[in-house]
Amino acid sequence: MYKHRLLAFAVAVFALPHAALAATDDDLKELREQVRQLRESYEKRIEALEKRLQQAEQAAGKAEAVATQAQGTATQAAVQGGSRPAGEGAFNPGISLILNGTYGNLSRDPARYRIGGFTPTGGEVAPPGRGLSLGESELAISANVDQYFRGTLMAALGADDRIGVEEAYLQTLALSNGFTLKGGRFFSGVGYQNEIHAHAWDFTDASLAAKAFLGNQLADDGLQVKWVAPTDLYLALGAEAGRGRKFPGGPDGGRSKNGFGSGVLFAHLGGDLGASTAWRVGLSHLQTSPQDRTYTDLDSAGASVTNSYTGTSRLWVLDGVLKWAPNGNSTETSFKLQGEYFRRNEGGSLTYDTTAASLGRRTGAYSSQQSGYYVQGVYQFMPQWRAGYRYDRLGAGTTSIGLVNSGALSAADFPILNAYTPTRNTFMVDWSPSEFSRLRLQFARDRSQPGAADNQVFLQYIMSLGAHGAHKF
Amino acid sequence: MTTIFKVLFALGLAAAALPARAALNVFACEPEWGALAKEIAGDRVSVYPATTALQDPHRIEARPSLIARIRSADLVVCTGSQLEVGWLPLLFTQSGNAKIQPGSPGFLEASQLVARIEIPTVIDRSMGDIHPGGNPHIHLDPRNIAKVAEALGARLAQVDPANAPAYKAGTAAFMERWQLAIARWEKAAARLRGVPLVVYHKDMSYLIQWLGMREAGSLEPKPGIPATPAHLADLVERMKRDPAKVIVYSAYNSPKAAEFLAERTAIPATMLPYTVGGSDKAKDLYGLFDDTINRLLAAVK
Repeated sequence: MYKHRLLAFAVAVFALPHAALAATDDDLKELREQVRQLRESYEKRIEALEKRLQQAEQAAGKAEAVATQAQGTATQAAVQGGSRPAGEGAFNPGISLILNGTYGNLSRDPARYRIGGFTPTGGEVAPPGRGLSLGESELAISANVDQYFRGTLMAALGADDRIGVEEAYLQTLALSNGFTLKGGRFFSGVGYQNEIHAHAWDFTDASLAAKAFLGNQLADDGLQVKWVAPTDLYLALGAEAGRGRKFPGGPDGGRSKNGFGSGVLFAHLGGDLGASTAWRVGLSHLQTSPQDRTYTDLDSAGASVTNSYTGTSRLWVLDGVLKWAPNGNSTETSFKLQGEYFRRNEGGSLTYDTTAASLGRRTGAYSSQQSGYYVQGVYQFMPQWRAGYRYDRLGAGTTSIGLVNSGALSAADFPILNAYTPTRNTFMVDWSPSEFSRLRLQFARDRSQPGAADNQVFLQYIMSLGAHGAHKF
Repeated sequence: MTTIFKVLFALGLAAAALPARAALNVFACEPEWGALAKEIAGDRVSVYPATTALQDPHRIEARPSLIARIRSADLVVCTGSQLEVGWLPLLFTQSGNAKIQPGSPGFLEASQLVARIEIPTVIDRSMGDIHPGGNPHIHLDPRNIAKVAEALGARLAQVDPANAPAYKAGTAAFMERWQLAIARWEKAAARLRGVPLVVYHKDMSYLIQWLGMREAGSLEPKPGIPATPAHLADLVERMKRDPAKVIVYSAYNSPKAAEFLAERTAIPATMLPYTVGGSDKAKDLYGLFDDTINRLLAAVK
């Protein structure tokens, strides 16, 4: 607007010398009148413009106020309701889905996979198949039930089109003094890795020890009570009572009996060493009394026979994990060292050929002391990239079979129980483009069973969709 | 076996008996909330900061030590808005502590008390690690700290009614000092108004909004995704057209990407403490803002 005033002034100034040249009073008067008119007209226009500008500013101000108000309302809405949708959907539980698949290249047929020297466990112990195969897709649904309970379901959608209930449990929220109670089907707190879902494992498959002693991963139907001590050092004690529906319990599905079929006790101790290192050690004990726990084997005549074990099974697990990251910040680099030692004693009776498919049913005493361990280290050498190595070793220990000792049958009738020391070396490298996706390449030289080593190559993807899961330490 | 458990149990009891804890136990998910509790309540609270300024609050694990501390906490103060989504839910379920469960007086979610910005309209993981509830890094606007302080003071009084008058007085004293400090910072930082800057992660947005600065780019191509060579090359090009005055990164970020960009664009890179403990001078909340503003002023000279 000042421009207009300047213009008027400039016009006036330029007009003056011309007026002086004309030099007559009338001319001068006329000119003055013209200048005055010009000025008036400019001033009027300027005034009008100023008025319009003011109006525009007011309108803008109003708009701004409205915008601020709207923002205020939005903010209030956000503050009050987060960004959750209103209505029935607001109470929908958190849902997440894990997609998982592999390409496998194995020198031995995974369909015939067995661990030498150990009672076959059933369950998913075999390595992933040859060629392209879909792994288990996991569907997890969880939410607080009310102020007292939280519910979780983990369904495993198998590549064989079958749906399995991996976990389905409730957990208390309102107990105090460090107590929590869990009920339903859940991964047992025995050892370290058993409680962790397969998609969060550092290798494609479980340790040989977990395969031999827990049938890959033990999830029983039962109750768990856990107590965290009121100390700065983490101390947790837990006890589980279960059905004994899976190996090392049995028969498959559990016995038809009142009471409990299996029991677990565990103690965990953990803490930090400075800002960079966190650790946890644990000791656990699993006891079950399997009845007619069956497995199949080829006897000396080459016939497929079904044998069954009845007795007790006692398992001890010593576990430890140590995680390091500079200043506790794992964005760039980190290291994780993990190991578990298993020891199992079984004593009872072993029945040969329960279905009389070969030499006929015979029963004798049975006892075994077996052990195994694995140690693994995973190093994140740069953001998104990790490399790891795992060493597995099992000791078939001493197995005493009454039917063999008495000469009724020969050791060749129980080939899978013949003493053997399974070992495995595993290397892996994985790349996680984001927190929600991971691609892994794994090489293993697996000597789980007598004969040639099984050279395994796996290429695996693990994708997680939906609600952001929180992973156990 | 039973003897081992007996020994462990006895050890637990003995350890429990050792620290005589008269003070209220405050478990702070991030250092800023721990520092705020200290400002308000002084020695009446014993503060355990679950994370440090050198750790990325998104990437924390539910470590045994955290479970042990949250188990005995009387009050848990966290940012919320899914900042701690990868670890805090586990701590809640593992704690065996009903007092601090979400929805209880013992849990305060700071981000729910303030107006959040950058609330995504489209929620999809292809956009990186976004937070549906909006940007959770609210504490770098001191006016937000003031809002949380009021609520925290009230919450302390609620969970520890015996000391309620002290918390009230503590809050009032803090607020008075804090408002003066805000005025001081705003005056000192007037020169930063309109200054364009490149951030590492979207954790400076509230600071930028408060001081009227302008975000000209971020080193992360998408929230939570580390810088890629292609993205950095793109940033170098963008800096030619729309040059920033300063590249900032947080104490917990690797300086590599910022230094890379600084070298190729001659724009200075500056580390900001991000939270209490992020630099020598950021010893408390006042030091955090003093140091943050001083570092920015020094960089855009």
